[in-house]
Amino acid sequence: MSELQNRKKTIIDKVDVCVVGAGHAGCEAALACARLGLKTVIFTVSVDSIALMPCNPNIGGSSKGHLVRELDALGGEMGKNIDKTFIQSKMLNVSKGPAVHSLRAQADKADYSREMRKVLENQENLIIKQAEVCEILTDINEETGKKRIIGVQIFTGGVYECKAVVLCTGTYLRARCLCGEAITYTGPNGLQAANHLTECLTNLGIEMRRFKTGTPARMDKRSIDFSKMEEQFGDEKIVPFSFSTNPDDVQIDQVSCYLTYTNEKTHEIIRNNLDRSPIYAGVIEGTGPRYCPSIEDKVVKFADKERHQVFIEPEGLHTNEMYVGGMSSSLPEDVQLQMYRTVPGLENCQIVRNAYAIEYDCINPNQLYASLAFKGFDGLFAGGQFNGSSGYEEAAAQGLVAGINAAMFVKNKEPMIIDRSEGYIGVLIDDLVTKENFEPYRMMTSRSEYRLLLRQDNADLRLRKKGYEVGLISQEQYDYVCLKEKLIAEEVERLQNTKIGANKKVQEFLSKHDSASLKTAVTLAELLCRPELSYELLSEIDPDRKPLSDDVIEQVNINIKYDGYIKRQIKQVETFRKIENKKIPKDIDYDDVSSLRLEARAKLKSFQPVSVGQASRISGVSPADISVLLIYLETYYQKK
Amino acid sequence: MKTDTIAAIATAMSNSGIGVIRISGEEAVEIADKIYRSKNGKKKLSSQKTHTIHYGYIYDEDLLIDEVMVLIMRAPHSFTAEDTVEIDCHGGMLVMNKILETVIKNGARIAEPGEFTKRAFLNGRIDLTKAEAVMDLIESQNDYALKSSIDQLKGSVYGKITSFRNKIIHEIAFIESALDDPEHISLDGYPNELMQTIDQLLDEMNRMLISFQNGKVLKEGIKTVILGKPNAGKSSLLNKLLGEEKAIVTEIAGTTRDVLEQYINLDGIGIHIIDTAGIRETEDIVEKIGVDRAMKQAQEADLILYVVDSSKPLDEDDYSIMELMSSKRFIILLNKSDLNTVVSIEDLENLCKDDKDHYVIIQTSMKDETGIDQLEDAIKKYFISGKIDFNNEANITNIRHKEALSDAYESLKLVKKSIEDEMPEDFLSIDLMNAYSSLGKIIGQEVEDDLVNEIFSKFCMGK
Repeated sequence: MSELQNRKKTIIDKVDVCVVGAGHAGCEAALACARLGLKTVIFTVSVDSIALMPCNPNIGGSSKGHLVRELDALGGEMGKNIDKTFIQSKMLNVSKGPAVHSLRAQADKADYSREMRKVLENQENLIIKQAEVCEILTDINEETGKKRIIGVQIFTGGVYECKAVVLCTGTYLRARCLCGEAITYTGPNGLQAANHLTECLTNLGIEMRRFKTGTPARMDKRSIDFSKMEEQFGDEKIVPFSFSTNPDDVQIDQVSCYLTYTNEKTHEIIRNNLDRSPIYAGVIEGTGPRYCPSIEDKVVKFADKERHQVFIEPEGLHTNEMYVGGMSSSLPEDVQLQMYRTVPGLENCQIVRNAYAIEYDCINPNQLYASLAFKGFDGLFAGGQFNGSSGYEEAAAQGLVAGINAAMFVKNKEPMIIDRSEGYIGVLIDDLVTKENFEPYRMMTSRSEYRLLLRQDNADLRLRKKGYEVGLISQEQYDYVCLKEKLIAEEVERLQNTKIGANKKVQEFLSKHDSASLKTAVTLAELLCRPELSYELLSEIDPDRKPLSDDVIEQVNINIKYDGYIKRQIKQVETFRKIENKKIPKDIDYDDVSSLRLEARAKLKSFQPVSVGQASRISGVSPADISVLLIYLETYYQKK
Repeated sequence: MKTDTIAAIATAMSNSGIGVIRISGEEAVEIADKIYRSKNGKKKLSSQKTHTIHYGYIYDEDLLIDEVMVLIMRAPHSFTAEDTVEIDCHGGMLVMNKILETVIKNGARIAEPGEFTKRAFLNGRIDLTKAEAVMDLIESQNDYALKSSIDQLKGSVYGKITSFRNKIIHEIAFIESALDDPEHISLDGYPNELMQTIDQLLDEMNRMLISFQNGKVLKEGIKTVILGKPNAGKSSLLNKLLGEEKAIVTEIAGTTRDVLEQYINLDGIGIHIIDTAGIRETEDIVEKIGVDRAMKQAQEADLILYVVDSSKPLDEDDYSIMELMSSKRFIILLNKSDLNTVVSIEDLENLCKDDKDHYVIIQTSMKDETGIDQLEDAIKKYFISGKIDFNNEANITNIRHKEALSDAYESLKLVKKSIEDEMPEDFLSIDLMNAYSSLGKIIGQEVEDDLVNEIFSKFCMGK
């Protein structure tokens, strides 16, 4: 602060929106604002690091693939960018139900970053600026009493006036990297940390916390013996991430990943050196994620496991660096070398970049609304790891929502909210803003209570409309989804109403596919419900069908096969909506609601839920409190 | 808060002539139709006009339960302003409970305390002053839920339910971690393993459901406390009523040192019977605790059975017991009529002259099994005449428990079916989760972050 006070405050530009940070969240936020016609500046400490992937070299995976699909349906960029730059692709969980199928692609990291930068550079209304943002400038809105955004100030003293700010600072705020006893005060990958903004945010009354995460070592491909590992191939038929990518364009030659394992020797070295691990020695103050444990954590917490998997993944086509998935660590360099060299195939490995842990400042996301706007502010938004999440996909999804809503704010329109029944993005954001998280938040399919409806295959059907209404999806793209929806409904209805008699041809067809013969006539839909039969197979006894595209057929298949389960979930969603639609007025005074328990009153005051549904998900608010609240609201609206 | 269809017994729980079961909500008529049959079997309630009454029968599938009158009131012209059906049946707790259970089985859920009134209010049918009372009622729900779920369950049931839940959440966590991290955790051959766990759980839960039905688990009914001096024959009385040797009966005075509880069903009247330690001045610390508990139980009793050893003269201890019983309904059993009696009915009548219609005196001999029938008749008479009643709330709670347990049971059956149909594993976790949360209702626990915590603590995931 003090060193900044000497700088001359000069106004450099006047824009609509400033986006702080150009990682996965920042890129989506900035593109959304610019595409919605707003003059936008995106700030980064290094233009060379736009859309950097500082950890794993892949996009997607279980439930994260869903996020990318949804983001794409809304008009985000991540899906398109990975389709341009992937080097291996795999649909995970194909042996399981359609709800948990999830796409994951290995990225060429440098390509990914370069391609995203190209998109940003060529985006109309978007200015890229290499600078550290040190101050968020506000005044007070006389009408609402809230703090109003008026601009940002960068390290040189320059000021950008604006109406809205989206904070996407990732892991850069007061970042410090730890590799054993060696500590550097930098962001990921040795990049410059942002050391000034935290103080400003604290002064603005924002509650900060400190989280930690980590990454494994990168190794020289030439020093690895792949013959001792299992080769892992990509899928034969590649499915693109983006609904706008032509599947024919992504059938490329793929590169392999490799699987190997740790062993007792590895674990022994780790155990013997735990006192030199900054986490176990107590040097690290931040809270790390349980789902992404360092190898030290795995060895300590799962002591009975004899071995852990290690995935060796390429970082790109034009580099020898390989990522050592499964072995992130903050142990000192000498221990890392010893430990990695016990793993079959890594006996002679050369480490290019050491594994390290990183600590950074982020916020308690309970300070945000589901629009990702800060409570108590006009025009301040936040997305990504800054909100206490982890992962590129989680970041991008929030960045897009924060960006869209910053634009909606500037345009004086209603925010775009995705609820828990509409998408994983809704679950992600609701969990962040409504529940109490004490570690970096990762998406998981089990967090979604309506996951049978929120599949990656139907993200376009679920969310294209929202993207269209916001203005990020073109008329043509929206028309396509409407047509698709119609074709699916017609075909499902036809199958449900077409009877198939127990004739010879049908019985032969059934016995050919090991399916029980018919006693009486049934509908095509009933036959399709049999696990051994599919829409494609049934074509033999269903000559009248009209030709349909693969994506329509996929939906027809799923809708009929899992009809019972899907209907049950739709019913649950209806119940959920009823209470979700009961809005709580902004000027509610919880002290006026008698009979609320003290804890509930305090929680409601601090969370400011917008609906009774959201209130019911706050821990510490009981069903009885909700009843009391409902009755209060009823009298409140009656009085009006 | 849901806006689904709710049901409850609307009249007081007693063996009065007529009982009413009320159903309210969108599916009220539809549900009633599933269990109602008219005389000719053709009438459909859903095609009847509002505010009409229909004669017919209530069936649980093919089992006839009762002959009834069914009243239909369509929204908004009912107390709750929702579609409402009232089933007027022949009172009697067993019949009412059975009809309520059938209604629930067909899609309604048990109403929370005050829920009909709450709905009436929310739908604009009653005014603010009444609403205040509803608020109070709802406010008590917190305590109520806790009390009904934990206090009313014996430790062993609580432990069992918890162990079911632990097993189920472990299985879900395993499936979910495999789904989230398919390359680290494999589900090959898992459905067969799960099947064994499910079969075992279904078996145990079924046994528990049966015991719920027999009422051994439930503490519902008239709270009846057996009092008396040591060795007057209290435990023998309990055994005679139960028809089994549960209480330890010895010749040594002071054998029952704590409180024994049992449930009996006397021709449809539920009786929650509590045997106590003999009451006397004592220096023995353990026995003294028993005596104190007995006094406490007596204070909360709906009915007291006072067992007097007629072969021994009355003394100070008897007088203090009499003191304890005043203002309560009680039955005095002049026991050991097979021995030389020194206490007569008159002696006792003189002692409790003041409240004649509060008590009955019966001569009994536990040894010869005489007087037991008169005792049972006396209890029934008390009940039918409305002189004693039992705790409504406890009964509803118990049906709630049973509802939750059988929901969990049905969910596990669906899991079993999904395994047999070779459904993908992610479908299994849907019904497993339903079973888990149903069981949680019994012990008053919500799901929240259990699953995520279990996944992270039990399975090693991640990059």
